[in-house]
Amino acid sequence: MTQGAPSVLPSEWARLHKLSPLLRGARQVVALAFILGGRQLQPGQEQSPYIDLGVLALVFVGGVISWLVTRWRIHHGELQIETGWIRRQSLRVPLTRLQAVDVVRPLLARMLGLAEVRIVVAGQGSSRTRLAYLTEDRAAQVRAQLLALAHGLEGATPEPPEQPILYVPGRRIIAANLLTIWPFLFVTLVVGASVLLVVSPAAGGAGIGGAFGYAVAAALVLARRIGAEWDYTVAEAPDGVRLRSGLLQHRAETIPFGRAQAIRWVEPLLWRPKGWVRLEIDVARRHDRDRAEHETGVNTRALLPVGSADEARWLVSRVMPGAMLQPPARDLAGREANRAPRRAALRAPLTWHNLRCWYDDTYVVCMTGRLRRTIVVVPLAKVQSLRWTQGPVSRALRLASVHADTAGRRFPGSAVFRDVTESGAWMAALPDLAHAARQRAVTR
Amino acid sequence: MPDVPSPDGVQWLRPSPRMWSARLALVSVVAVPVLAALTIGLALGVDAPAAAVALAVGLVVTAVVLFMLRRRYTAWGYAERGDDLLVRRGVMLRRLSVVPYGRMQFIDVTAGPVDRIFGLATVQLHTAAAATDARIPGLQTDEAERLRDRLAALGEAQAAGL
Repeated sequence: MTQGAPSVLPSEWARLHKLSPLLRGARQVVALAFILGGRQLQPGQEQSPYIDLGVLALVFVGGVISWLVTRWRIHHGELQIETGWIRRQSLRVPLTRLQAVDVVRPLLARMLGLAEVRIVVAGQGSSRTRLAYLTEDRAAQVRAQLLALAHGLEGATPEPPEQPILYVPGRRIIAANLLTIWPFLFVTLVVGASVLLVVSPAAGGAGIGGAFGYAVAAALVLARRIGAEWDYTVAEAPDGVRLRSGLLQHRAETIPFGRAQAIRWVEPLLWRPKGWVRLEIDVARRHDRDRAEHETGVNTRALLPVGSADEARWLVSRVMPGAMLQPPARDLAGREANRAPRRAALRAPLTWHNLRCWYDDTYVVCMTGRLRRTIVVVPLAKVQSLRWTQGPVSRALRLASVHADTAGRRFPGSAVFRDVTESGAWMAALPDLAHAARQRAVTR
Repeated sequence: MPDVPSPDGVQWLRPSPRMWSARLALVSVVAVPVLAALTIGLALGVDAPAAAVALAVGLVVTAVVLFMLRRRYTAWGYAERGDDLLVRRGVMLRRLSVVPYGRMQFIDVTAGPVDRIFGLATVQLHTAAAATDARIPGLQTDEAERLRDRLAALGEAQAAGL
């Protein structure tokens, strides 16, 4: 750490770390080496190895050139990245628009003491707005300063101290992941394949191979999830909530306060005896076609991968203060009306039991699901639009649904199958409440 | 459409009647030649019973299509309130959207070839939420431009962050 340096962020154009091309190309080089090496070892292949070596060298040189032409700086409150060799690309990210900052350290990078900074902006994946790679110290400083600038503070503000508020023990992560569908899938496939192998090894040859293949895939998914959620720590800093996790690839995400578009509380069936829940958070970002996101194998952003209901309730109160996770006895109008009407059971026989929705002047809360009970909390200040929908069956039953859309891409707050007059009252009341909530958010 | 909830004091505006003309034109492009051919065939006495049945079926189908299109056309409506835009649509699947002006990210005005013949355009409001569907088709070009400019001005005046 360069203590006392006024600003570590380059206001002049800077390059990424020297080892970046090596790291970024490492995956391709390894893959290519396997393919080419395999070809070399094949009998009867009389091709000179120099051609293959040449291909490898080309990939490497490409990486170096890409590193040479990539420059970045912080200028006028913008993160500016210039990249591309044949097709020049110039990115300008206004830091007030930043939605979250992630610091990701894949295994190889960790060994070299490097880290990647991903800047999450609304309406765009993080694959392009990333700085890969910087030294770990540098990455932490960059994150701190990006967040400080995003909050409208001086760029040189030191990283505020963070308070670890929650740690999920590794044993619980393993137990929770074992209580999902994947281990059962694995066991079923292995047992099925073994039985087939014993009964008629000749007949089921292809089937056995396939089953084992799927079993390995299931095991990999499981291992990946455990690896990604390992060592899960939630910390609170003045600039936001910080989530750290990862066994091999280490990942630290910072979600600035007030950027959470919605929170989902999930109670999977198998976790019920343990009383565990999972909390997911939605920020304004696009999830589809985000290669960087898929590479990590985790495409659901958990706020708490697994925890007791008390822990989850407490976390919700930190991120969305005052949200009522239990239905109130009466709604704002003083009526006892948070459960969908009895006749909704005809439209949604499985979920009707838990179809409950309520709102106050700050949040819309929607509960659904029978086997896997979920509760979605949407702050009214984040609502982008309200939709009322009614299909033919619902119309016959005098039901209608109200949806509160947010900029998050994963879960809208949907009050499904309410009484039609009640849904009309929601549509009359919610726009004004949302408007008031927005005003409060602006003035605060 | 009384079924879609209509908050108090909302004045619903409707797409231009030209939108209905455009729909009629599209239907006639297909229906008129087919029905005409069947009628001529019937008049010339070519396999009379079959032609009569085909003509009857053709007439019924045309009537049903026109009826459904008419209902769809009448279901469209929009209203500009102080802080938000209301759009209602649909017959089988009825929908009402409320979009605050401040949430608007951009507006686009599109006009396909048929729309252009009839001087029509579609105005669509986009927010940061992908699920928002605030689309108003069949507006006369000048009304579409007025709406676009007004929405843009209101959106800028009331803009709110994410």
